[in-house]
Amino acid sequence: MTEKFPTNEQLKNKVGWKEKPIGGAVTRTASALENKTGSWRAFRPIIDEKKCINCAFCSAYCPDNAIPFKDGKREDVNLEYCKGCGICSKVCPVKAIEMKEESEFHK
Amino acid sequence: MIMAEKIVPLTGNYAIAEAMRQINPEVVAAYPITPQSSIVEMFSQFVSDGKVDTEMVRVESEHSAMSAVVGASLTGVRAMTATCSAGLALMWEIAGVASGLRCPIVMAIANRAISAPINIHCDHSDTMGARDLSWIQIYCENAQEAYETMFLALKLAEHKDVQLPVMVCEDGFITSHCVQNVKIYDDHVMRNFVGERKSVDNLFNFENPIAMGSIELQDYYFETKRQQQQAMSRALKVYLEVGNELSKVTGNDYGYVESYKMDDAEVAIITMSSSAGTTKTVVDRMREEGKKVGLIKLRLYRPFPHGEIRRSFKGIKAIGVLERAFAYGANAPLLSDVKSAIYELSEKPKLQSYVFGMGGRDLLEEHVEHAFNELLAGKTVKEEKYLGLRE
Repeated sequence: MTEKFPTNEQLKNKVGWKEKPIGGAVTRTASALENKTGSWRAFRPIIDEKKCINCAFCSAYCPDNAIPFKDGKREDVNLEYCKGCGICSKVCPVKAIEMKEESEFHK
Repeated sequence: MIMAEKIVPLTGNYAIAEAMRQINPEVVAAYPITPQSSIVEMFSQFVSDGKVDTEMVRVESEHSAMSAVVGASLTGVRAMTATCSAGLALMWEIAGVASGLRCPIVMAIANRAISAPINIHCDHSDTMGARDLSWIQIYCENAQEAYETMFLALKLAEHKDVQLPVMVCEDGFITSHCVQNVKIYDDHVMRNFVGERKSVDNLFNFENPIAMGSIELQDYYFETKRQQQQAMSRALKVYLEVGNELSKVTGNDYGYVESYKMDDAEVAIITMSSSAGTTKTVVDRMREEGKKVGLIKLRLYRPFPHGEIRRSFKGIKAIGVLERAFAYGANAPLLSDVKSAIYELSEKPKLQSYVFGMGGRDLLEEHVEHAFNELLAGKTVKEEKYLGLRE
């Protein structure tokens, strides 16, 4: 398979069975970036900056790579991808992350 | 067994293990189950004797065996296994993954009954139950066929137009454990025949990385399954191509069916695996008595060669479908397929379903003769009949 699947166009307009790689193969790397899992979120992690000790646990455990960690410092949660699983909140050793109902942010 | 072509007394299982030795796959993962066990026992002997380069993975179940060969196959190498009955049942989930991910795995099966009641002997309930899993299925009459079919199966599975897994089936105990004279071809000839697997898209192709096993829901699952149906239909053509290639090595024919004394036959029996041997003996004897009887031995069961079956039975008055499996609450599996194949004939032969040999019950020559006599007398009924069953 030379053409990479799925292209952005193919994500919008689905292709027929003759045009896709066999066996459900995904031949375009990092195409998962196109899947904005943030829309699934029912709970939003809120980080208490005063408590945070920059240990990077939340960043390492996040299944969606949605908590960036750069130059020894944690950055803001990427809400485009954070699906609200709450793992960061569970693993935080100083209990700095609280999961709040997403609906509270849409009032 | 490492020299030039020669005749060796082997069980069906040892003949299959010998084929696997010559193929020398990168990975074999297996778990023992009667009557398959001696295939992988003999093969692991080859591994420990250094006669193959295979990574032999001893797993804790058939579910794991199939998982391991799927994983290996996805890296682009050859991976093989063997099982039957309860083992195949436990593989079920991952067997669907193997075909869905288009892994060209070759798996030998020594057909065995499905529990309960627990029974270790031959019938086709195990693989008949798996007939819709998108695996190619080839049924072998004897050890020689089982041996040769392993090579055909491998090239068929790996063909770029196919890329589907294959089950190579022999009858448990009847073929798997009986010693027959088997002609073993030269190692180099068979290794040349199978060559190397040419896999382009795989998990170890770091130039063009891919992901396998992603979720497909309402958006794409249907399209992926449609591709499998296309591969099955292509497999019909490729089976004959690879068969012709193998013929050049062995001199044997690899049709979808073996047609036995069918030229002027009035009635015919269709059956699969070892019962074809019994039927040939009966055909020979009845022919001497002037009775026009013939046999169609079906080798390729999935994909089902509808056209070939239709052509084979054109002009035949009555067909007896002899099979070692029930389809509970419906027509037996092979009967259903034969019936749908002859639907398009303008003059349809009469059909009689005969189920026999469940749980290893012997099919005797007199059973086959009885069936032929019923067909000759036009005594066909809609109901399933049984050969060798106590009423």
